[in-house]
Amino acid sequence: MINKECESFQAAVADIAEGDVVMIGGFGSSGIPVRLIDALRRHGAGNLTLISNNAGATDEDVAVLLEARLVSKIVCSFPRSAGSVWFERLYEEGAIELELVPQGTLAERIRAAGAGLGGVYTPTGYGTRLAEGKETRLIDGKGYVLETALHADVALIKAEQGDGWGNLRYNTAGRNFNPLMAMAARTTIAEVDTIVPVGQLDPECVATPGIFVDRVVARKGQRHDAA
Amino acid sequence: MTRLEPARMAQRLAQDIPDGAYVNLGIGMPTLVSNYVSDDRQVIYHSENGILGVGPAPAPGQENTDLINASKQFVTLLPGGCYFDNAESFAMMRGGHLDLAVLGAFQVAANGDLANWATDNDTFPPAVGGAMDLAVGARKLFVIMRHTTKDGAPKLLDQCTYPLTGAGVVKRIYTDLAVLDVTDQGLQVRELHGDNTFDQVQALTGTRLLPARA
Repeated sequence: MINKECESFQAAVADIAEGDVVMIGGFGSSGIPVRLIDALRRHGAGNLTLISNNAGATDEDVAVLLEARLVSKIVCSFPRSAGSVWFERLYEEGAIELELVPQGTLAERIRAAGAGLGGVYTPTGYGTRLAEGKETRLIDGKGYVLETALHADVALIKAEQGDGWGNLRYNTAGRNFNPLMAMAARTTIAEVDTIVPVGQLDPECVATPGIFVDRVVARKGQRHDAA
Repeated sequence: MTRLEPARMAQRLAQDIPDGAYVNLGIGMPTLVSNYVSDDRQVIYHSENGILGVGPAPAPGQENTDLINASKQFVTLLPGGCYFDNAESFAMMRGGHLDLAVLGAFQVAANGDLANWATDNDTFPPAVGGAMDLAVGARKLFVIMRHTTKDGAPKLLDQCTYPLTGAGVVKRIYTDLAVLDVTDQGLQVRELHGDNTFDQVQALTGTRLLPARA
């Protein structure tokens, strides 16, 4: 019997360890696993490396992990936005290391890890400061930068619906990095609005096949609460 | 001198967006452009967080908190629109499937180099987002920007002094003073706004301009 449903958000994150590399899905305020983030803050494992498109801007997103000083390094494309006060404070203090990655390169490095590739050659960033120190190569006369795969110990992702096999469907632009991160971590934990019985999700609408997901936790309703 | 307001700059740029184009509008001033594309042209807007067919802002109370654009504003989806993940979204850029991107800039050089992600202020954290991917990937790149800094220093230069977003990527520049094309010989004035003269605009530019073709 496969049943990936987890009883609580706290139980879902209980084995995240000090120093882990943690991917967190979302873009701006969209598609963010806020309950898992809150559970991770309570869990309290520190010295984390965070991989996330943004560095947080509200008291619900990854900023709470920065505020709790659980993050020593962040890999992201756009750390600065309205309200990103905790990132800016830690950056100014020198208390957080920033690895800035162009957004498309971030997506592709994560995808590469999930797809078993060592990395990708991308034209993005060629000839810029973000390519310094990286291997470059001319292919058919065009310049490319080697960007290596980005793996994680844990991915925390958000979907609209999931089932006990871990199949997921998303809500609109809430998809963003979530399906990619689901593939790239040793353990993937999905926060969903509702869990539906296996077989109820339209197979054509499953954007993350359950093989990539280890645990599913619902925000509302009981187990097998029909949507 | 005539200095166009951002809305008028966006309105001018919108005239050059062709019917049927797939277009990405960057954060800030570029976002204004969609307000001025005439109704007889069908333009499909791409948002790098994973939307094709971005529609206008929702009515108050109708917001879907997951449905935002790259500027993190609430938007809607037009009929025929769709969603996808970030790898697919950036494949649309790098793969050359997007007809046009419109970006803001700190500086543009005479050869089309673009600088818009970092300054020389090391205490201010940089942020790149999708700008580098758009710069190398979109088939055509327009920049919309003020011609000078607030202090009057030129932003169109022989060479960018800020770190590059992309090398030789800009095709056309829409400023508050003029419209300029990037050519093999340098920046060529295409239009002067209002009663601005070539010499006035040249005096506020950090690279030698070519006059408009007769």
